[in-house]
Amino acid sequence: MYNLLQQIASGIAMGGIYACLGLALVMIYQSTHHINFAQGEMAMFSTFVAFLLLQWGLPYWAAALATLAFGFVAGFLIERLVLRPLGDVPELSVIVVFIGLFIGINSLAGWVFGHQLQPFPSPFPSKLFGTTLVSGHEMGTIAVVLVVVTTLYGFLRFTKVGLAMRASAENPVSSRLAGIPVSLMLSLGWGLSALIGAIGGLMVAPVVFLEPNMMGGVLIYAFAAALLGGIDNPWGAVAGGLIVGVVENLAGTYVVGTELKLTLALVLIVGVLLIRPSGIFGRKLVARV
Amino acid sequence: MSTLPVSVEDAPLSAADATPIPAATPWRLIALAVLAAVALAVPFALSDYRIFLVTMTLITAIAVLGLNMLVGYNGQLSLGHGAIYALGAYVTAVLMEHAHFAWWLTLPVSAVVCFVFGFLFGWPALRLKGHYLALATFALALATPQLLKHKAFEAWTGGVQGITLTKPEAPFGWKLTGDQWFYLMVLAIAAVLFVAAWNLLRGRLGRATVAIREQPIAASAMGINVAYTKAMTFGISALYTGVAGSLGAIATAFVAPDSFGMFVSVFFLVGVVVGGLGTISGALIGAAFIQFIPNFADQISKSAPSAIFAGFLILCMFLMPQGVVGLVRSALRRAQRGPRPRGGD
Repeated sequence: MYNLLQQIASGIAMGGIYACLGLALVMIYQSTHHINFAQGEMAMFSTFVAFLLLQWGLPYWAAALATLAFGFVAGFLIERLVLRPLGDVPELSVIVVFIGLFIGINSLAGWVFGHQLQPFPSPFPSKLFGTTLVSGHEMGTIAVVLVVVTTLYGFLRFTKVGLAMRASAENPVSSRLAGIPVSLMLSLGWGLSALIGAIGGLMVAPVVFLEPNMMGGVLIYAFAAALLGGIDNPWGAVAGGLIVGVVENLAGTYVVGTELKLTLALVLIVGVLLIRPSGIFGRKLVARV
Repeated sequence: MSTLPVSVEDAPLSAADATPIPAATPWRLIALAVLAAVALAVPFALSDYRIFLVTMTLITAIAVLGLNMLVGYNGQLSLGHGAIYALGAYVTAVLMEHAHFAWWLTLPVSAVVCFVFGFLFGWPALRLKGHYLALATFALALATPQLLKHKAFEAWTGGVQGITLTKPEAPFGWKLTGDQWFYLMVLAIAAVLFVAAWNLLRGRLGRATVAIREQPIAASAMGINVAYTKAMTFGISALYTGVAGSLGAIATAFVAPDSFGMFVSVFFLVGVVVGGLGTISGALIGAAFIQFIPNFADQISKSAPSAIFAGFLILCMFLMPQGVVGLVRSALRRAQRGPRPRGGD
């Protein structure tokens, strides 16, 4: 029983990380209807930047803040320099560009930072409140994710910029006519999404060790999370992330074993797409032809 | 809305494919003849290692052609063809190791298995459009090495160790090395598969396939069975890639789970995009590209080949959405007819 509770708790913590990346995916999907395949690699690269800053002797929180700033700027620039000039091209071309970004960032990280596994520190003490049920890092991760979600909600709901971002995602043409700089909002959305992804990277690196391919498994679960919750719904991504995290941990411990974790993600993704493509909380898409 | 960058210029192009412009025909024949002569000279002019490289290029070209049928002609993006390549390789390896099949006897089996797998995977994939299909196949590609390593199949697949095969030898006491003989066999198989693809894509199925890429709703209104055609294209595409996987396993005489990671799928996609979406000859150019770039770029850094591939993927989408073949074609057309009239022809 204790073991079960422990597995559920660490499932929730891992789910928080999936929720972070899932949120990042949803942010981009909402405004552009594209699934960013390079999301995980962007997060991985940001985490390497944090690693570099830590090696230079910066305190953790300063390095983390600088990393988030780096993530934001990098996301902003990728949108401006790569996706914007591409223009209004068919969906497949965009996916090909995303795949290009994926292997480009991956190989760049391997080139610059090397391929060996690096231990990455956690900012949280190893034990919180003297309990062994949840490790300090797990508890910290859950707290960070809660902060991220509420901040994001508050930003989108109560600030002018947030309103403008939602408006341009909902109806770009009307927003432009209302004087909202829609293209700037798009770049901002990319920056924010990369920032949220970087938080996920910082949280996952202490668990899986830092290396260029560390995000492969995480990203696929983040996809599963976003799809399960409904890819156009931020709350859905969070709920989906938590569900997927718990399911992954329980199935990994009691049913299929750790060797088939990625296969489980495949089954989840294909299952959701076949049974309920809009996810649990998503809207059904109806198109006029 | 069209799904591919090829569509704008493709209408005149596919017409040119179906009924070649008379003026272009002799050039085509000459080019084909030169290609055939070079291909036949390869085993007698190069060292065994070089022959092996060219053999691998041909094998990759078959796989790239398979993927191109799906991506270029039908507009369905698969990031999971590495998994199908692995399936073909493992069917061959298991049959040779445990059932003692001759290498060439495993090819039909592998073709059937991969076709059925592709057809069955393609059927539910009908509901998945665009990026959803890419996602599902991406997950498939990521999961493949894990599945191949799994304990349940270890008795057949050899687990992490993989399976070591014996290389084919020339029969009838012919004075050919194993590499020369196998190259000639691969050349023959590739030639048959390429001609078959050319015929297939100009035929009823091929036209239906392109019609679905251009406008699925209009296609179904014209009486094309969209579900059947898409699944069939997926099946045939998987057949090509699976046979390539089998040949690849025989050529390298070794299969192991870690050689079938996600990057195999990405490399095939690079081959399709660089060679030219929706072209048959592009498969050869794309395959040569992905086969030889790593040989040069490995000297710079371990990561350099993928960095170069990534750059080409993105640049192709910007500068030459129809790949090398598209570039050559439009250059030839311009040379023949002078500048294109404004507004298209």
